[in-house]
Amino acid sequence: MNKIVTVSAALLFAVAGMALASGGADLRLDPAPVHRLDTESLQRGARNFVNFCLNCHSARFMRYERLKDIGLTEQQIEDNLMFGTVRIGSTMTVAMTPADARNWFGAVPPDLSVIARVRGVDWLYNYFLSFYRDDGSATGWNNLVFPNVAMPHALWQLSGPNRLVSTEFDNHESALAAAIAIKGLASVEPGSGGKWHVRIVAADPDAPGSMTPVQYRTFVADLVNFLDYVSEPSKNKRISLGIVVVLYLVVLFVLVYALKRLYWKDVH
Amino acid sequence: MDKLLNWIDARFPLTALWESQWGKYVAPKNFNFWYYFGSLAAFVLVLQIVTGIFLTMNYKPDAAKAFDSVEYIMRDVEWGWLIRYMHSTGASMFFIVVYLHMFRGLMYGSYRKPRELLWIFGCLIYLVLMGEAFFGYLLPWGQMSFWGAQVIVNLFSTVPFIGEDLGVWIRGDYTISDITLNRFYAFHVIAFPLVLIGLVAAHLMALHEVGSSNPDGIEIKKQPKDPATGLYLDGINSHPYYTIKDIVGVVFFLIVFSIIMFFMPEMGGYFLEANNFIPADPLKTPVHIAPVWYFTPYYAMLRAVPSFLGSQFWGVLVMGAAVVIFFFLPWLDRGAVKSIRYRGTLFKSWLAAFVVSFLILGYLGVVPVTVWGQFGDGFPFHGADKATVVARVLTVVYFLYFLLMPWYTARDKTKPVPERTT
Repeated sequence: MNKIVTVSAALLFAVAGMALASGGADLRLDPAPVHRLDTESLQRGARNFVNFCLNCHSARFMRYERLKDIGLTEQQIEDNLMFGTVRIGSTMTVAMTPADARNWFGAVPPDLSVIARVRGVDWLYNYFLSFYRDDGSATGWNNLVFPNVAMPHALWQLSGPNRLVSTEFDNHESALAAAIAIKGLASVEPGSGGKWHVRIVAADPDAPGSMTPVQYRTFVADLVNFLDYVSEPSKNKRISLGIVVVLYLVVLFVLVYALKRLYWKDVH
Repeated sequence: MDKLLNWIDARFPLTALWESQWGKYVAPKNFNFWYYFGSLAAFVLVLQIVTGIFLTMNYKPDAAKAFDSVEYIMRDVEWGWLIRYMHSTGASMFFIVVYLHMFRGLMYGSYRKPRELLWIFGCLIYLVLMGEAFFGYLLPWGQMSFWGAQVIVNLFSTVPFIGEDLGVWIRGDYTISDITLNRFYAFHVIAFPLVLIGLVAAHLMALHEVGSSNPDGIEIKKQPKDPATGLYLDGINSHPYYTIKDIVGVVFFLIVFSIIMFFMPEMGGYFLEANNFIPADPLKTPVHIAPVWYFTPYYAMLRAVPSFLGSQFWGVLVMGAAVVIFFFLPWLDRGAVKSIRYRGTLFKSWLAAFVVSFLILGYLGVVPVTVWGQFGDGFPFHGADKATVVARVLTVVYFLYFLLMPWYTARDKTKPVPERTT
C-alpha cells in the first residue's frame, strides 16, 4: 500500500515537473489590486461602470436594487446610478440593439454580468491597462492582452493614448529576466532569428490623459472590483456563511467522533 | 408504538426489511479508511437528488432561457446560489467518492467470488452515473456544455454505416439544439435517476446478501459463531457500530465539501469551468474543448488512438472498452488471496502502474496535446506530440493491468492469510 503511494507520488511529481518546464509563459499579468470587502472601491467601481461601460455593455442579470449589497441606499442608487426610465427593480440593460451594435462596431459588446468569472480579475485589470494606439487597426486601437480586439479604447481620455514599447533581446532568458524586472504587465514574444521581444504599454509623454497613471490604475482597479462583485453578488455572503458552517461542522465532528469512541470501546 | 409496528408488520415486512438490510446486518469489525466511501456515495446521491429537485423548480430547459435561468437561480432565488453550488460541487464529489470506492474494491479484491454480481451492479452504477453527469452538464447551456456535448455525441457519429443517423437520433436534430436540451433534461431529471436508484438498491441488497468483504479478505461467514453474542467471531452489528462510524465519515466529508463549496466552488476551473460562464454559441467554437475532469482519462485515450482505415471509431471503441473491462474483473483475477495485504510484488506493481496511468491520462485529457511540445530530431518519434505518445503508452498500461491479470495474479507470490482479522 505504502509502496503504491510512494511510486504514484514520484511519478506524478515527475509529470508535473515536465508540465512546468515546457510551458513558457508569454504574458506576464500584473495582479489586480482588488478586494471584495473594499466597499468604497466597489461604490466607485459602480459609478465608473455606469458612466463608462453601461452605454454599450449591459449587465442584464444585475438588478439596480441589488447595489444595496455594496452599502448604497435606494435613494443613492436612484439619484446617482440610474438614468432615464429605469426602475429600482430593473436589470442593467442597454438601449443599443444587437443589430445596431453589429453595424457600428462589427461585433456585439458582450454582456458583463459574469465576465469576471470568464476572464478573472487579473486579466480584466491588465486588459484595461494595455490599450495602445495602433494606426494599422480598424479602430485605431490595439491591446496587448487581447490582440486585435474589436473594442476601441473607451477610456482613452482618462489614460491618454498609450503606445507600445518593444525591446529586443538576444535570448529567451534575458528577455524573461527583463520582463520580470518590470514588475508589471509585459509580454515576452519570440522574434525572428532567435531574438526575443519584451513588449509593454507605456504612457505617451506628449499626450497625457486627464488622469495620472496612478489615478487611472485606481480607476481600473475599482471597475474590475465592481465587475467581480457583479459576477457573483452572493460571494461575500457565501464566504462569511462558509466560515460559520465549517466551524460548526468541526465542533460536530469532535462530538460525533467522541460518541463513536464511546460506542466502539468494547470492540477489540 | 409497538402496536403500530405490529399492525404494519402484519401487512408489510417493515421490521424484517430494516433488520435484513441494516439493523441486524453483521459486518466485519476491521473496516478501515477506505470503507467510508460506500456510505458517502449514498449520501451524495441523496444530496444530488434533493438539491436537484429544488433546481428544477427554477431552471428552464429551453435553449433561449436555460443560461439565464441558472444566473437567475444564482442571484434572485432565495438561497439559490447555495443549492446550485451544492449540486455542482456534489457532481464532482460524487465521482471522487465513487473512484475511491472502486479503488478500494481493486485493492482488497472486493469484486471476487461470491461478490461478482455486487461488483457488476457497481459497474452499472458507474456507467449510469457517467450518463447522468453527461446529460446534466449540458443543462447550464454554456459554451463548454454545448461543445462538450457536441464532441461526445459526435463520437457516436463515428460508428461505421449508421453513425450519422445515430448522431441525429441522439440529438433529435442536426446539431445540439433546444430539442437536444429538452431530451437531455428528461434523461437527467427522470430516466437516469430512476435507474440509478434502482441499481443502488440492487447493489445494497446484493451486499447485504453476500456480506461485506474487508481489508484482510477473510470471509467472516466461514468463522464459527461466538456463543455469547451469536455473531461470527470477527463480525459486529452494523447498527449501531457502523451507523455511528459512518456518521463520523459523513461529517468529515461535509467539512471537506463545505470548504470547497463555500471558498472555491469553481475548484480552479475543474468543477465549474470559466468558459461555461459564456452562453452557448453554435457559431463560435472554443479554442480548447475538454470534458469535465472525471471523464478526462477516457478522453485522453480517445485522442491517443490514431485513426485507422479512415475512421476515428477505434478511439471510441478503446474508450468504451476501458469502461466495460471493469465488468470482467471478477473472472480475470486468479489470485490465491483477495487483499493487497497478502498479495505479492507483481500485483502491487501492476495496481500502482494502473493508478498512475489513470491519473496521468486524466491530466492529459484536460490539456491540449501540444502541452509538452514535440519530439525533436534524433528521437524515435520525431515530430510527434510528446503528450500523445505518453498517452498511448499509458493506455496500453491501463489495458495490460486487466489483460495480464490472469497471468500475474496466478504467478504472484502471496502471503498466508490469517484465520482472524487483524
